[in-house]
Amino acid sequence: MPTIWLVLVLIALSVAGFFLGRNRALVSANGNPKDLHSLPSYYGHNVALSALVPALGILAVWLLLQPMLIDTRVSQMIPQDAVPEGTTLGLVMSDVRRVAEGLDIAVAQGAMTPEQARNVRTEFSDVRGRLGEVGVALGADVRPEVMRAAQTYRSMSNTGTTLMTIVVALVAIGGFAWSYGRTHKDFRARNVVEQGIMALLIIAASLAILTTIGIVLSMLFETRNFFTLHPWTDFFFGGTWAPNFRGDSELSILPLLWGTFYVSLIALLVAVPLGLFAAIYLSEYASSATRSFAKPLLEILAGIPTIVYGLFALLTVGPALVRFFGRGEDGILGVEWMTGATSVLTAGLVMGIMLIPFVSSLSDDIINAVPQAMRDGSLGLGATKSETVRQVVIPAALPGIVGAVLLAASRAIGETMIVVMGAGAIAKFSGNPLEAMTTITTRIVSQLTGDTDFASPETLVAFALGLTLFVLTLGLNVLALYIVRKYREQYD
Amino acid sequence: MTDLSQTPASGETPMPQKRGQSLLEPSDRTKRRNAAETRFKAYGIGAIAIGLLMLLVLVTTIFSKGLGAFQQSFVTLQVELLESKLDKNGNRDIDDIKKVTTFGYAPIIRGAIEAKVTELGIDTPLKAKDMAGILSKDAAATLREYVVTNPGQIGETVEFRFLAQSRVDGYLKGRVSRDSIGNDKNISAGQLDLVDALVAAGVVEKTFNLAFILGSDASDARPEAAGMGVSMLGSLFMMLVVLALALPIGVAASIYLEEFAPQNWLTDIIEVNISNLAAVPSIVFGILGLAVFINYMHLPSSAPLVGGLVLTLMTLPTIIISTRASLKAVPPSIRDAALGVGASKMQSVFHHVLPLAAPGILTGTIIGLAQALGETAPLLLIGMVGFIASNAPDSIASGLLSPNSAMPAQIYEWAKRADPAFYERAWGGIIILLVFLITMNTLAVILRRRFERRW
Repeated sequence: MPTIWLVLVLIALSVAGFFLGRNRALVSANGNPKDLHSLPSYYGHNVALSALVPALGILAVWLLLQPMLIDTRVSQMIPQDAVPEGTTLGLVMSDVRRVAEGLDIAVAQGAMTPEQARNVRTEFSDVRGRLGEVGVALGADVRPEVMRAAQTYRSMSNTGTTLMTIVVALVAIGGFAWSYGRTHKDFRARNVVEQGIMALLIIAASLAILTTIGIVLSMLFETRNFFTLHPWTDFFFGGTWAPNFRGDSELSILPLLWGTFYVSLIALLVAVPLGLFAAIYLSEYASSATRSFAKPLLEILAGIPTIVYGLFALLTVGPALVRFFGRGEDGILGVEWMTGATSVLTAGLVMGIMLIPFVSSLSDDIINAVPQAMRDGSLGLGATKSETVRQVVIPAALPGIVGAVLLAASRAIGETMIVVMGAGAIAKFSGNPLEAMTTITTRIVSQLTGDTDFASPETLVAFALGLTLFVLTLGLNVLALYIVRKYREQYD
Repeated sequence: MTDLSQTPASGETPMPQKRGQSLLEPSDRTKRRNAAETRFKAYGIGAIAIGLLMLLVLVTTIFSKGLGAFQQSFVTLQVELLESKLDKNGNRDIDDIKKVTTFGYAPIIRGAIEAKVTELGIDTPLKAKDMAGILSKDAAATLREYVVTNPGQIGETVEFRFLAQSRVDGYLKGRVSRDSIGNDKNISAGQLDLVDALVAAGVVEKTFNLAFILGSDASDARPEAAGMGVSMLGSLFMMLVVLALALPIGVAASIYLEEFAPQNWLTDIIEVNISNLAAVPSIVFGILGLAVFINYMHLPSSAPLVGGLVLTLMTLPTIIISTRASLKAVPPSIRDAALGVGASKMQSVFHHVLPLAAPGILTGTIIGLAQALGETAPLLLIGMVGFIASNAPDSIASGLLSPNSAMPAQIYEWAKRADPAFYERAWGGIIILLVFLITMNTLAVILRRRFERRW
């Protein structure tokens, strides 16, 4: 990994720059720091930052842009008629990348010399077989134009990497030399360094926006690819989910949405009453000793990783439900309603347990925000405590509670591990909570784990599902915030 | 004073107290209201009780099912390392010795267990091959590794502790019974009889199993040899990446937003963005990681570096939110005093505000790391499951870049496998994971208690 070495060299350079710069400033002031404009360390920081930051920035941008540029250049090499019927250029390009990667691995393992990798022709040798030997499995025989494109791809990325190393090193040395040259006792080092740090702070803050853009763009692009391969009408309005890796799949989101909502509904039916009553008791009735004991304990439930809940659903709750509702004569109820441990009820119950502290601590905060004077007024009129809670406190806190429930719903829809392990894998419309059903998150996991082929709609559908999930949860969050803001009572 | 002027005798409005009834005696309506009050209170207590009960059930399940993984059944045997089998030429040439595969070691193990059974005088109808069947498939590999590292021992008799196979282990732990093995081709009732006899003789015993904590994952056929060690290293490397990226970036972003940012639309967008990112499902970050880091930037899949990057993006909002809270808690008088004695704005923040907020930032970071440590879903998408993490990385670069698993991904992997012996491993893995999480959270609480300042 030459990039890591490059980064290490840059860091070493900047550390050296710190000491050299500080020294030079002190020397220019004849060793008397009082004659300097800034504190000596600012001169050192100036040199260190000038050497390191621009070079690292260029390195990062280069690493991001190089694959894109090479992709466009190489894809121009592939003639329009070389793209087989039913696929797109993007799919041929993923073949090209795979072959190029295979050649790299073959060279690294010594199965080919670099010379051979540059010149090997599919017309004369079995490239697929030779790459298969080094562990790169190719779906079909390599076509000549793909092979040539792959070789260009390799040579371009090799040149690109070399060029990048040179440019980054030059920028680092240039920054070092320039700032070192400027170092003098009258140089206003502190102002320059503070401006630089300010720029870094702004970049760090905008990274959050970059992440969001990255999420949206990455999913949008692949979703667009998916819709070129698969009709969008089937995705949104079809009725069946039946992926078939030999092609001709039916990929409709509706059965998955149904499963997702069903599981979330059961989870909320468990979590909302329990969480709400727990919050009411803790904030209105409990002594401070009970509160300080029960609240942290309940919140432990929220801190447990979801994989634990998943295992709990799969190995404990599921079999326990089967003992109740299944096994025919041997079961506790003597009925045969449930066959496997995975079901909507299993996942919903466990997810509900997970969400109890989520609902209770959010509602607790909201109930505590209702002013004491309103309670006192109600109690003074002769209402009992429970009447006060039901008729005064809850109506006052209602917008916040609705917001909390919506946030819990968004959490339930996006939850992955519990449904992956507890809900099952069968996509269908059914009202029976004892049947296994599947959810959006489960399908994303199953379509994207293992060998992913970014050329097939069966893989790409996961991005469309992910985008739907993102929009759904984001919408719920925005709605929750909106309700809280719009209907919040101002008591002060 | 409408109350007084109203005639109480109108009879229309229901009176709480009937005429002539003592105030000390509760009326029906009072009784009803008091009963409703009691019920309401009982609902609250019931809800909390159910929540706590669930916690109790969860914890007892984890410990009752998982503690078994920390113990393993071993078979102690005296093995004669026959020269005729292991080193036919007799010249102790290491290359010749390495040529003997694990198949070549099987007869030696068979001989050893047969000798033991004869020595103890146990009467069993089993053939030597079936007797050796109570040992793990790992036994031959263990033996071979020993011989290859100590070729001088060939010809001697050495005492070994072999892993017992998972069914025998399950039998000793009560997971496998004679009724449950009816259709099991891995074990027979005769072998269990032999195990009973060997247990009585002290040859087979259950002891603490360090290999579960430090060892590597094993293939489907050898649940008894699987351990968490290598995936723990994978998690460690991911946490290093998260710490190295999320802490500086998160602190820098919070400092800008809290101390320097002007009130304008751009700042607003960033703030709304961060709070929304905190609520994005973790699996979406996995999709981002797959699309950007693996498919676009061609970083190696299954590498802890990629996992760390994804988890960094996921924990950043958590760290930013808690850092901003602790920066906000530092009173403005500190900043004013620093500015008053001539510090620049930047100096007042970095020299005075930041050190005072450090304990809070550290607490938030530890909690964010704990959250990242237990996260599974994004790791599934970047390929940290589905293979056997068998070799510990030998350097930092390979630790970051070579495929590895992570603790929660390893647990998921075990839970998916068909053999129930792996379930015990999965619960045991959860105990290890929880120990880490509890330690980190306790550390955060202690830090907060110890360094928290009230202004």
